[in-house]
Order: sequence, then C-alpha cells, then structure tokens
Amino acid sequence: MLIKRSEPGSSANILPSEITPESVYFNRRQLLQAAMAAGLIGSSWSTTASAESQVVDLQYTRNETFSLDDPPNDYLDITTYNNFYEFGIDKDAPVRNSGRFNPSPWTVTVAGEAEVTGEFALEDILKGHALEERVYRLRCVEAWSMVIPWVGIPLGAVLKRFKPTSKAKYVAFKTVYRPSEMPGQRFPVLKWPYVEGLRIDEAMHPLTLLAVGVYGKTLPNQNGAPLRLVVPWKYGFKGIKSIVEIRFTEKQPPTSWNLSAPHEYGFYANVNPKVDHPRWSQARERRIGSGLFSAKVPTLMFNGYEKEVADLYRGMDLAKFY
Amino acid sequence: MNDATVAERRPLAAKRTEVVRRYVKPALFIACLLPFLHMLLGAFEIAGFRLGTNPVEKLQDTFGQWGLRLLVVTLAITPLRDWFKAAWLIHLRRMLGLFAFFYVSLHFLTWLFLDQGVYWPAIVEDIAKRPFITIGFLAWLTLIPLAVTSTNAMMRRLGRRWKTLHRLVYVITLLGVWHYWWQVKADIREPALYLGITLVLLGWRAWKLRRRSP
Ligand code: HEM
Repeated sequence: MLIKRSEPGSSANILPSEITPESVYFNRRQLLQAAMAAGLIGSSWSTTASAESQVVDLQYTRNETFSLDDPPNDYLDITTYNNFYEFGIDKDAPVRNSGRFNPSPWTVTVAGEAEVTGEFALEDILKGHALEERVYRLRCVEAWSMVIPWVGIPLGAVLKRFKPTSKAKYVAFKTVYRPSEMPGQRFPVLKWPYVEGLRIDEAMHPLTLLAVGVYGKTLPNQNGAPLRLVVPWKYGFKGIKSIVEIRFTEKQPPTSWNLSAPHEYGFYANVNPKVDHPRWSQARERRIGSGLFSAKVPTLMFNGYEKEVADLYRGMDLAKFY
Repeated sequence: MNDATVAERRPLAAKRTEVVRRYVKPALFIACLLPFLHMLLGAFEIAGFRLGTNPVEKLQDTFGQWGLRLLVVTLAITPLRDWFKAAWLIHLRRMLGLFAFFYVSLHFLTWLFLDQGVYWPAIVEDIAKRPFITIGFLAWLTLIPLAVTSTNAMMRRLGRRWKTLHRLVYVITLLGVWHYWWQVKADIREPALYLGITLVLLGWRAWKLRRRSP
C-alpha cells in the first residue's frame, strides 16, 4: 500500500512556524501565571485550562487510504482518559497534572547510526512535510480501545532525511525528563526517562506516524505534546510521548515497560488476540464511548492492520516475540 | 472501684449505647451508602454526576476500592476500641462488615454483567487462569458465609464457633490486598499501604493473644 501524498505546494504544505506559534504559548502562559500569582484563579482550574488553551489549529489533508471509517471518539474522551505516567498513574491524572508542562520551544536530538545527527528544533524536523490526518484505532494493553484522528507525518519520511546508515537496525526514542513539570517522574513507578524502540522496518512502515496533533489541533500536553509516536498495530504504550531523542542503533534498544516487567511486556508488543497478557485476556476489548451496557468487541490481529503489517513478522513466533 | 462510680457509669454507658443506636448508626449507614449513591447518580447521569470516559471501569474500581477499605475499617474496630477505650465502637462492626460485603459483591457483579457481559467462556477462563481473579473470587466466596452468619440468631446458634469462623476476615482482607497488588501495573504504593495497615492490625491481634496466653 502506498501513502497518498499531497502535491508539493498544496495548501497542506505549511510553514513550521504555523504549527507551533510560540507567541501563543508564551502569552497565554504568562497571562495564566500572572493571574494565578494574583490569586485570581484557582490552581486546579488553571492547570486544566492552560493545558487546553495551548492547542492551536493545524492545516492538514486527510489521508483516506489510511483512515478507518469508524466514528472517532469524542475529543473529551481522547484528552481526559490517558495513560501518561509522567503525569500520574490515574487516567485523569495527565489532564489534571500537565498544566505546567511547557512544550515550546522544543528540541529533538538525533543521534546514532546516521549521517545527519545533532540537535534540531521541532520546526526543522517538520519542515517540508505535509501534515496528514489519519483516523487510527488505538488499542491499549489494558484491553480498551479508541478511534483517534491523529495529525502527523509518516515517521519514515522524517527518518530518511537523517540518512540512517546500514548499521541502523533499530530506532530508539526517549521522552523528556522534567520532574519539575512532570510530577509523575518524581517517583520511580517506571525508570525515567521513558524509552521506546522500533525495528527499522517497523519505523519505516508507512502506517507509523509521528503525530503533532489530534482532532485538527496541536497535541494537548496530556496526549504527548508536542511530538509523539503512533504505531497503530501495536499496544498503546509503544506510542512514546513528548519525544526529545531519536537514536539509530544497531542493537535492539531497551524499552520502559519491558524493563519494568519483562515477562508481561515484550519489545514487539503487537496487538494479538491470541497472545494473552499473563494477567488478563487480550481476546476482547472495551471500546471507549460505547456506554455502560455494551459488550466488549473482539480484538483484531495486529489491531486490524494485519493486511498491511503481517509481512513484517513472517516466520516469527509471535507468542515468543510478544 | 467503689459503688458510687459504678452507679454513675452504668447510666452513662446506657446513654452512650442509646446515642450510638439512634444517631451514630443511622449516620454511618448513610455515609456507607454515599459511594453507591454517587455511582448510581453517575450511571444515570443525574444531577450532573458522570462516570467519565470508561464507566464500567469506574464502577468496578470504585466498588472494589470501597470493598477493601471497609474490610480494613472493619478489622480496625477492635484495636481502635481498645486503644481509645471506646467500647461503643463494637456496635458499628457488623454494619461495616456487611457494607464491605455489599461493595465487594457490587464489584463482582459489575465485572460479571458489565465488564464480561455474562460471556461464560471468558468468565470461566478468567477465574481459572488469572491468579489475581482467582484470589478475588475466593475472597468473595469466603465472605458469603460471614455475611450469612452475621445475624444475632446465627451468633447465638454458633456460639464459640462464630468467633473462629469470623476470624476468616483476616484471610479475606489479605487475599483482597493480594488481589489488588497483583492487578496493579507498576505503581504498588496503594496496595502496599493497605498491606501495611492490615499487617499492623493483624500483628496487634497476635501480640495481644500471646500476652494473654503465656
Ligand atoms: C474481597 C474481595 C475483593 C476485593 C477486596 C477486591 C478489591 C479490588 C480492588 C481494590 C481493585 C483495584 C481497583 C482499582 O484499580 O482502583 C480490584 C480490581 C479488580 N478486581 Fe477485585 N476485589 C475483590 C474481588 C473480586 C472478584 C470476586 C472479582 C471477579 C471475579 C474481581 C475482579 C477484579 C478485576 C477484574 C479488577 C481489575 C479492574 C481493572 O482492571 O480496572 N475482584 N479489586
């Protein structure tokens, strides 16, 4: 399957500065801080409010080929029910505790087995790429799922610009480490910073998305602002958030959940109804938004993306490489 | 102790029992019902209450949490009575224990009907194959005879065996904590807290028993 690309020079090509106007972030933040200092607004209100007010509209074209027909979940569900342990372990902790997180300006370090390495401003990483909207299913390892309209660019297109060498067999990612802004990082629930990784062919797969937005707007902090990974055929925890480092490696890189509980979370973490989590079944999932009384639905092999990705794992024992 | 103080104390104790019966117990009853009412209003979205994005999980977790909390509170009654010399506390124990059973049962029923959707293959598989569910199920099953024998008539009928039977609540609480601990993904702080409290209460009992029978 090929990616449908928009024509060069089309309206989808936007200036990087339009994606994350710093002045917007900066001014609202200062305003809020001033108001908070003056005691005008309570801190619980302001944290939520600031997290929401930071998002700005994006320009993008929808990639129909790679979009599900399912109706997406509500914006409210997508932005208030999150696993982002850097902000706390409860599902509503990220939206409550991420107000102080400041994703702008943002720098990404590119390192390892590539010809082009160094530190890059987010704007430079995105420069020249057209933003696409893709409606993907997200299957959490905890057996629930959502349908989410992401906005982003194919990871492969970005990675190629750094000219990975023949030694680049894997790509490793790292989340920012900022305990002062991420209260969850002050306690070692996981080993911080969060790290993830993909095999290079998985990273280059056209479905793999480097997301900067959701529902046509920049990512709210709780969803991994300003830059996160979306790998729709893998469990949600592979979708590392708030990325500050991309490293090409020859050896398989460590991944956070695998370090935490190796017999429960593997490197691959492909959605697979036939391979259960040791403590619960992965055969069915609860579709978020379906209400109190609807049954769980069957989980699909590779989260429904079997046709596109099964070839990546041909001949592999998926019960062993879970 | 002379006769005068005994005479003074008796009406005082009677009055205290009366206050407990007329005010404290009804108040406790309502307090124990509040989490349930909260969930009920949320389930039907009455008066602005909502269960949030994943209502089934919200119900199940809330009921499980209150079940465990009330089990621990029930265990704490006797030690608290002794530490604070508050004999009247013992009148609250049965109600607390029954509410613990009430919430654990709701937790179980939420799982059975709303989470599993009474899909028997998955239910049987979960109880048989997932140790954390097996343990929870065992704890709930063990609570049933305790709830059934909680009446005055049953207490009389069982006599001394009643006490022995109801000591099972320690095992049940430990199973509950273990069940909670085992289903946590990474942050074990909360189940560890429950374990700590339960062990303190248990340790105090053991220490008292040993002192009594040297
Ligand atoms: C004394 C008996 C029990 C106690 C004290 C208890 C308590 C708890 C607690 C405190 C939690 C964690 C809730 C949270 O994450 O906030 C929990 C989770 C859970 N319990 Fe129980 N439970 C008991 C019995 C059972 C039974 C009989 C079942 C089903 C057969 C069951 C199934 C579950 C499941 C599936 C979860 C995980 C829910 C989730 O992933 O959100 N439990 N329980």
